[in-house]
Amino acid sequence: MGMIQALWGYRGFIAGSVQREFQSNYQNSALGAAWMIIKPLALIVVYTVVFSQIMAAKLPGVGGEFSYGIYLCAGLLAWNFFAETVTRTQNVFLDNANLIKKISFPRMCLPVIALLNAFLNFAIVFGLFVLFLILTGSFPGIVFLALVPLFALQVLFSLGLGLTLGVLNVFFRDVGQLFSVLLQFWFWLTPVVYPLAILPDFVQMFVRYNPMTNLVNAYQQVILYGQWPQWSSLFSMVCLALALCYAGWYLFRQNAGEMVDEL
Amino acid sequence: MGHITVSNLGKAYKRYPTRWSRIAEWIMPWGPKRHDLKWVLEGLNFKVNAGEAMGIVGMNGAGKSTLLKMITGTTQPTQGWVKVEGTVAALLELGMGFHPDFTGRQNAVMAGQLLGLTSSEVKEIMPAIESFAEIGSYIDQPVRVYSSGMQMRLAFSVATAKRPDILIIDEALSVGDSYFQHKSFERIRQYSREGTTLLIVSHDKGAVQGICDRAILLNGGSLALESDPETVMDFYNAMLAGQSGERVTQTVHAAGGVQTISGGGEALVHQTLLLDEDGRPIEVVKVGQAVTLAITILIKEDIEQLVIGYQIKDRLGQPIFGTNTFHTKQILHNLRASESIRCQIKFDANLGPGSYSVSISLHDSETHLGKNYEWRDRALVFSVINVERTHFVGMAWLPPQIEVLRD
Repeated sequence: MGMIQALWGYRGFIAGSVQREFQSNYQNSALGAAWMIIKPLALIVVYTVVFSQIMAAKLPGVGGEFSYGIYLCAGLLAWNFFAETVTRTQNVFLDNANLIKKISFPRMCLPVIALLNAFLNFAIVFGLFVLFLILTGSFPGIVFLALVPLFALQVLFSLGLGLTLGVLNVFFRDVGQLFSVLLQFWFWLTPVVYPLAILPDFVQMFVRYNPMTNLVNAYQQVILYGQWPQWSSLFSMVCLALALCYAGWYLFRQNAGEMVDEL
Repeated sequence: MGHITVSNLGKAYKRYPTRWSRIAEWIMPWGPKRHDLKWVLEGLNFKVNAGEAMGIVGMNGAGKSTLLKMITGTTQPTQGWVKVEGTVAALLELGMGFHPDFTGRQNAVMAGQLLGLTSSEVKEIMPAIESFAEIGSYIDQPVRVYSSGMQMRLAFSVATAKRPDILIIDEALSVGDSYFQHKSFERIRQYSREGTTLLIVSHDKGAVQGICDRAILLNGGSLALESDPETVMDFYNAMLAGQSGERVTQTVHAAGGVQTISGGGEALVHQTLLLDEDGRPIEVVKVGQAVTLAITILIKEDIEQLVIGYQIKDRLGQPIFGTNTFHTKQILHNLRASESIRCQIKFDANLGPGSYSVSISLHDSETHLGKNYEWRDRALVFSVINVERTHFVGMAWLPPQIEVLRD
């Protein structure tokens, strides 16, 4: 509770840092904030128009000219948000070492800022994606609301994992390196680019143990097929997310003091 | 508000023999301890009352910065505790976290937020920050075009925009031009009068004796002395001087500048001290104080003639005064090896406030251009402070007798 209060007291700092990080990317460019839209827009166009129209990639069993593009975007945007959140939080203490060593402020601000920054990037690109869905008449309707709990679960999972890795990374710098390698494998072991069904059975078994598989599947289910996700398939991930959050919180509480000495 | 209580405070850093030992310790928390502790501070007890100005002195590595970090709360103590009542502002790293691409105004807002202010609170004090920093239209320019002095001005203005209950000042404060230095010290003094507790870390004897009510001396991670500033500084000086001659030379280096020693080495300056009226070594001299420059010389080889010269220079190296025993007709003749000479030069330090150095030369005739035994630059560094005289500016104290008549 005290932590929440401290964070609230520093809301000015948190909001300011998020804004500043965002601005600093475009501060000295002529087009300025327009880049915020241009980059994600390019991403959406490449995945939808190029893949669907030019390469004519099709999903087995689903009609519609944009189906593969939508499948790809649904999974990829969710994955990118996950990867960005975890990568940012795992490095957040190292990147701000100077600040931590010299100034006294609630350290928990830093992961929160990292999360908000990742969220802001996600919100822009996802907003454009939703716009695309509406314009092409592929908007799934009321099922879209299912994204809210999915999203909450994802935030919990990524923050828990990021915080755990972030604290460990201060003491064991190999953790950060190792995770960025693992993330590559993790991506290809998650059915983002390909549908799960095309894998051989024994690999499918294996891939299903990956918590991100179920989450990404749920996103695809909602956005592409317009169906409610299978909530039961996400139960194990909820448990995992809570466990990671507790682990991250516990590690942070235990080592916050010693962390300063290591930076 | 404004009290600081430090009780049995200690800080140790964990040292692991290899990178793997920490992993082993984390994986097997029930296993043996694989690290040893390196204590940098131990068993510190002291109290600073509200409104007091406390100086902290000590050599490099004595633990001053660690102590300050624990008081500001950036570092956690390993043993004991610190209790700090009220708001703390620390002038430790001025300009910390300034982002070069953002304007001074944006950075000031950011720095204020880092102190825990909301953006509306920062907006409120912004005009005061602007007017104190006096950087004009630069406030809306990106910080990367600032001079370091301008950054300093802005950072100081933000950090001290609101009067804190406790103000912690590291020696970093000596940057900036003298106009702003004066202005910032004026603000610090004003806050002190209004009840702010000051904690000042400095090697500058003048600053400690000029501002502080009390001082503590840290040595090797423990509290060596707690007393009035003068006693503490004297003890500190004696401690410095008590070490080998080499060590004192290092301190001179720390004061800035390179010491040059040259000459044939037939005679050597063994020790140079500045003594007060009671014969105690000092490094801070009051304007007009009667002092003695005591030089000990060792003769290494038989020499025919010895002339001892000295020169007092200001901090820019400009000679203020200098003469030698040729001009005073006190030349020594026929010296034998291993003889030792003591030379005492008494004078009134009629100098303006500032930092001065003394150079010593040993040679055989009128100038050192003849035969030079030893020429030792910065053999001694001392500073002059104005405590009891009328306020004045300049290099020299020329005691005035002013008459102002009104008809």
